[in-house]
Amino acid sequence: MRKVAVVGVGMGKFGERWEDGLRELSAEAGVRALEDAGISGDAIQALYIGNMSGGRFVGQEHVGALIADAMGLNPIPATRVEAACSSGGLAFREAYLAIASGEYDLVVAGGVEKMTDVLTGQATTTLGGAADQEWETFFGATFPSLYALIARRHMHEFGTTEEQMAEVAVKNHHNGAMNPFAQYQREIKLEDVMNSSPVASPLKLLDCSPITDGAAAVVLASDDLARKLTDTPVWIKASAQASDTLALHDRKSLTSLRATVEASRKAFSQAGISPRDVNVAEVHDCFTIAEILAVEDLGFVKKGEGGKAEEDEMFNLNSDISVNTSGGLKACGHPVGATGIKQVVEATLQLRGDAGKRQVDRAELALTHNVGGSGATAVVHILSR
Amino acid sequence: MPHRKTIPGVWRRYPQRYRLLGNRCETCGEYFFPPRTVCPNCRRNGKLVDYVFSGRGKIESFTIVYTPPDGMEMQAPYALALIKLEEGPMVTAQVVDVDLDKVKIGMPVKLAFRRISEDRDDGVINYGYKFVPDGDFKG
Repeated sequence: MRKVAVVGVGMGKFGERWEDGLRELSAEAGVRALEDAGISGDAIQALYIGNMSGGRFVGQEHVGALIADAMGLNPIPATRVEAACSSGGLAFREAYLAIASGEYDLVVAGGVEKMTDVLTGQATTTLGGAADQEWETFFGATFPSLYALIARRHMHEFGTTEEQMAEVAVKNHHNGAMNPFAQYQREIKLEDVMNSSPVASPLKLLDCSPITDGAAAVVLASDDLARKLTDTPVWIKASAQASDTLALHDRKSLTSLRATVEASRKAFSQAGISPRDVNVAEVHDCFTIAEILAVEDLGFVKKGEGGKAEEDEMFNLNSDISVNTSGGLKACGHPVGATGIKQVVEATLQLRGDAGKRQVDRAELALTHNVGGSGATAVVHILSR
Repeated sequence: MPHRKTIPGVWRRYPQRYRLLGNRCETCGEYFFPPRTVCPNCRRNGKLVDYVFSGRGKIESFTIVYTPPDGMEMQAPYALALIKLEEGPMVTAQVVDVDLDKVKIGMPVKLAFRRISEDRDDGVINYGYKFVPDGDFKG
């Protein structure tokens, strides 16, 4: 397998983008990524797009070719990749594999979701499609409720508290306040989270990531080409993916995501590093409990100690491991298909020293962790300077 | 538009949703609900036979849902639980006929046949399993 690097990144502001559709959001992110890489669109050989549900959110399928057209990249091969909220992470991995295998030298991986054209109830139903339709959502499960079931069990087994979960939201809003692309660029207090309205107990509104429009794109290049294009290539040291049962109730453990454990174990082995070597991590905090699971399942702390570690500020900016410097899904926003690519954008900015006010000192190794559904897909990447 | 259930899509699952018909692999002995087409442990060496579950189990985790999906607006807030059936498999279902603040992990529950959801005025009315408290549970 050949070495592959990220040589350009771009994204638009995440949020309620009333004036823009799939085309505009994608083209904006794509153009910025190409400008960042200093290349012309003519050089791009293939496009991979993460998109969860263009069909249900805006009635548009066949998103791969649509985005290639919007970016002026026809007739290159354009492929849409879908794995619910991990669609973006998988699109990045497919682009990586396409170059590592020797098929292409220069590829764009993007992600996009246009979510605010439907009412909240419809968005909830569509996102519910990431769970088991016949045996979970049919009986009244919503996405927040599945993570609430995990949270309640985590509290029962390990003594994790609602306040510890709230700390995740407080931290990620603090980081998001320093990210000009974040949906919510404002700080919140612990009391704000604790007093927010219940969604699915013990999860409250401010434990949940929002509904967001957004797109992100990155340019990947083969070893030789990357060195020609830039003085600051960001190398992909590892790429790993794993799967699990769609339904939470079919899992052996309710408090650990096996797909995350499997994917991260493979990724650390490929990169030849251990979890605590990571300086910066973008992890999948679709709900605050999900970040607690992630820091445990990735091996940053032992199982059951994630809540305490959040309370002890182990994952704040410039602490042991800086987690979700972008603001995470919680504050930066969660346009589901774009999130996995946004994580790579943030990791790249941090490793290049381009992350502005939220820049982490001595960022050498970064990890991205993108989860689909309640954990049926997980994809982990490790990047380095 | 939200996903609408079709008659064949609902009809196909009557045996499972109406009377907990699952299956069991005679090779490895594991019980499955919903029934599996292939045993995940034995794959092609598995031998799956029908099995009707007793409907008794215990709550492994629960949540009170305040923001329901389409078609369940009238039921919220409701208790949704992961219920471990006595034969082993777990199911996701509502727990009803109980004060919401009395629902606890470890609580014994048993099967009840109920209306699940209504798909607007002109759609399918869905029926299936919910669970109710089984005996006096003091936590």
